Formats: sequence, C-alpha cells, structure tokens
Amino acid sequence: MAEEKKQEKQQNAPVAENAAAVTLQKGGKDRSIKNSKIVGNVFTYIVLVLAAGLVFFPLLVVFMNSFKAKLYISTSPFTFPTAETFVGFTNYVTGIKQSDFFSSLLNSLLITVCSTMLILILCSMAAWFLTRVQTWWTKVIYYVIIFSMIVPFQMVMLPLAGVAGILKLKNVWGIILIYVGFGAGLSTFMYSGFVKGVPVDIEESAMIDGCNPLQTFFHVVFPVMKPTTITIAILNVMWIWNDYLLPYQVLGTTKGKTTLPVAIQIAMQGGYGDVNMGGFMAMIVLTIIPVIVFYLFGQKYIIKGVISGAVKG
Amino acid sequence: MQRYYKKWAPIFLAPLLICFIGAFLVPFFMGVFFSFTKYRTIRDFSFNGVSNFVDAFGKGSTFWHALGMTVAFVCVSVILINVFALALALLLTKGLKGSAFFRSLFFMPNLIGGIVLGWIWNLILNGFLMSLGTNLYAKPAYGFWGLVLVTCWQQVGYMMVIYIAALMNVPVELTESAQIDGANKWQTIKNVTIPMIVPAITICTFLTLTNGFKLFDQNLALTGSSVPEDQLLALDIYQTMFNNAAGNMGIGQAKALVFFLIVAAISGLQVFLSRKKEVQA
Repeated sequence: MAEEKKQEKQQNAPVAENAAAVTLQKGGKDRSIKNSKIVGNVFTYIVLVLAAGLVFFPLLVVFMNSFKAKLYISTSPFTFPTAETFVGFTNYVTGIKQSDFFSSLLNSLLITVCSTMLILILCSMAAWFLTRVQTWWTKVIYYVIIFSMIVPFQMVMLPLAGVAGILKLKNVWGIILIYVGFGAGLSTFMYSGFVKGVPVDIEESAMIDGCNPLQTFFHVVFPVMKPTTITIAILNVMWIWNDYLLPYQVLGTTKGKTTLPVAIQIAMQGGYGDVNMGGFMAMIVLTIIPVIVFYLFGQKYIIKGVISGAVKG
Repeated sequence: MQRYYKKWAPIFLAPLLICFIGAFLVPFFMGVFFSFTKYRTIRDFSFNGVSNFVDAFGKGSTFWHALGMTVAFVCVSVILINVFALALALLLTKGLKGSAFFRSLFFMPNLIGGIVLGWIWNLILNGFLMSLGTNLYAKPAYGFWGLVLVTCWQQVGYMMVIYIAALMNVPVELTESAQIDGANKWQTIKNVTIPMIVPAITICTFLTLTNGFKLFDQNLALTGSSVPEDQLLALDIYQTMFNNAAGNMGIGQAKALVFFLIVAAISGLQVFLSRKKEVQA
C-alpha cells in the first residue's frame, strides 16, 4: 500500500511541476503540487462515481418497477413508485404464483450445488490420475477432454437432447450427470495444471506408509488442491446457475420442473399465461438477490478465482 | 509406481468418463454425422449428402448476414470492453481510497445471467426509446447497439479485474525510472505500462472475442426472434434448427458444424500466439 502511494506521487510529479511553473507566482510550489493532485483525484472520483451509477441504474429500475402496477411499468419505467402507482408486494405474490418460482429456485439450487460438487470430486481425481500416469492412453483421454472446451453448445445440443431422452436423463438428476460431462473440460484442465506443480514426494511417502491410491488422493492430494478447488467451484457455480440452453433442452419448459433462467424466459414470452410485467420484475429481483448474497460473502474468492481462471484458461 | 497406479484407472477415471462420453463425446460425433442427414428426430433421419450445407449457405441463407452481424458486433464489443476495462483498471490502481469497493461493485454485473440481463435492458431501452416515440424493435441498429451496451455493462468489470491483477505486477521501479527520465503520465502508460501487460491484453482480447462469437442468451432475451436482422450466429443456428419449413434440423446442424470450426480456429490461434510468446520469454 505504501509503495503504491509512493508510485502515485512519482507519477504525478512531472505534471505537477508543469502546473507549478505556471502558478509559481500565485502560490508556493508545494501548494500547487498538492492542488493539481487533488484536481486529478477529484476527476478520478467523478468518473468512478458515474460508472458506479451506470452499474446501479438498471438494478434500481427493476427494483422500483417491481412495486408498480403493470400499466405504469411500460408508461413510466424510470420514476419511483408514487402513491398512485405503488402496489406493495402484489407483484411478488402474483409473480411467484404464476411461474411456480420456488420450485424453479429449488431446482436451480439443487442442480448447481450437486453438479459442482460432483465436478470437483470427479475432475480432480481424473486430473490427478491423468497427470501422474503418463502413457499414450492417458494422454489421449486428457486431450479429448480438453478438446470439449472449444466446442460450442449448439454443436451438441440436438443429439444431446435425443440421447438424454433415450437414457431417461431428462430430469433434475439426469441433468446433473450431463453437467458433469460438460464441465469436465475446463475443470480437468485447471486441476491438472495445478497437479503438475505438486511434488510427488509426499504422495510417495503416503504410499510407503500403506495408503492405497484412493486414500493417498483424498488424504494428501485433495487437501493441497484447496485454492484451485475454490476457483473451479466458483467458475462452475457461475456457469451452471445462469445457464439457459442446456436446462431448456433437457428439462423442458413445464412450470416448476425447470430452472430459474428458463422460467424467466418462458414467463416473458407468455408461456405461463399473459405477460405479467410486474410479476416479472419481482421475479428478477428475487433471482438477483441470492446472487448478490453469494457475492457479498465470497467476493474475495470470486475475484481471485476469476483472475487465476482467466490466466490458466 | 506407475504400474501400480494403472490398476486403479477404472476407479479414478470411469465415473467422469461415463458422464463425458454420454453427455459430450457421443452427441458430438452424432452432431457431425447429422449434418449430412435429413434429421427430424434422433430416430428419424436419412443420409442426404451435402444438401444441408447447400441449404445452409446457399441462396436465401441467413447465415452470411448473421456472420456479418457477429463480426461487426465482435469488433465493436472487443474494442469497447477492453478500452473501458483498462481505463477503469488504471484509475483503480492509483492507490485511491475506496478502490477496493469500486472494484467489487464494477465486477458484480458478471454474476447476473444473460437471460436476466437481456430482459432488464430490454425494459430499460424500450422505456427510453418509448419516450422518443419509438421502440427497440423498430430498427435493427437499436438492437445491435443495445446488445453492445448489454455486453459492455456485463463484461467490463470482468476484464477490469484481470487488468488490475496485471497492473499490480508491473514493477514500480520501471514506472519510476521512466518518470525520472522525464516521461509524462501518458507516455509512461503508453511506453512502459502497456508493454508490460501484453499477456493480460491477449487474454482479455481472446476472452471477449470468444464470448462475442458464442453470445446467445443476451441476444435471445433482448430482441430474440422479434428482429431477425439482429440475430448473431449462435441464435441464427438455433432458429434454423427449430424454425424451418421442412422440419429438417440437419440444416441447423450443418451451420453448427461450421460455427464450431470458426470457434475452434480462434481458440487454435490463441494457443499458437501464447505458445509463441512463451518461447520468446
């Protein structure tokens, strides 16, 4: 922190000196250096506050409109609710009822949590094994799994829905297995990148102490991988929670039998009766709240995870 | 040791491989195969050579327009997202009070899904255009710039976080000595800071590039099928699969195959460029 401040002082110095030369007669050199620095900082803060406003604005609009009667949402979307337009929690009640919101929420939670946990366990096991055992077939398996990362979903969408139908996987438990298959690419890749940096010595000594490979993995290797596990967990949660096309294809659009993003899309297209704008705004607010709570608690890990995920991916 | 490990292969690999083969590998090869068939359902298909490709890319095809839109969209969004992200990152690494707060705030839009985002901005842009006596579906340009706005709003924070991490790693001595040599602020950024963060620029460029090419959810929610001119490649493929007169999903599958090759080529280029840099370094 101290170093940063020093760096900033240095960066500002030449500019400040120029300004100082001009204003030398008016004030002291010290004061004008300080002034131009303050002007620069004020300008920075103005830009940052404006940008923050841009981030907040859409969320505020949705929040305001979730308390307004339907008519006023389309005629005056940018005003705060007034005595005339305010309808209390009516929208929340109708929105939840119309789309069977809590069933979708429960599905989304169940699918996200179970898929992510399975991905973490199965991919870390596979990545460790594929990295430690170096033969032709482990290399083939590794590269085929990595290859799946570059294939866009549209390429496999139709046959996947067909296969899922034949295998009776078009339900909440089936989609979890499908997510494991799709998540395999990125997660295996990131885990194996980490395993390459773990020294084999501890594993060997665990083996000599009588652990079989499975025990070695779960007692010695998996705990060491914790930072990578957090990163991979976050990337998978963000992906699965917000995913639309896969649940749309596999779970279909039946009310209460699908996930939140699908429920929202269908509600907006009028699939659950007439388009209830107020109820829809309420659903969006309710969908965003868990995400914001998740972010507030885990933001340190989330931002770290994104950085290391980007650098490796 | 390796020989002993090998016996354990089924336990370590089988669960993942079963899911992977069932959910990805088999559907992938089926997808390649179905591109060359008249394909109604998974049990109802007949081989028809390259005629899907003729339908998909020949006369009256929407593919080329969608490809043009996608390229235009990708060019605009890659530049805007990276410029804004880098600018914010530079402001937030000056060591000002509250930087951490702003960083967290700017990152937040990434956690909101594409469908939800698309609808939020659909409401806002429609509300705004309504006050001007028009709406989002009136002109393709509205939908196009709307989509640019949505993706910028979502992704600037993500790229900013990566740029901040890179900027923190630029040694202070370098910028300091540039200052001592008489470089002004802008010269220091241009000649010292930017060259030091080229790897981050490469990563962010390719991230925004592939995100742009694969963009689907935001496109579907913002203008969707209401404005066919605004459909990017991913959505165009989707529409071709489900909304064609003959009920032949093979045409959409043929487009998807070409789409896959384009995305694969971009990824290949990225791997090639980053390998090359590793050798130099």
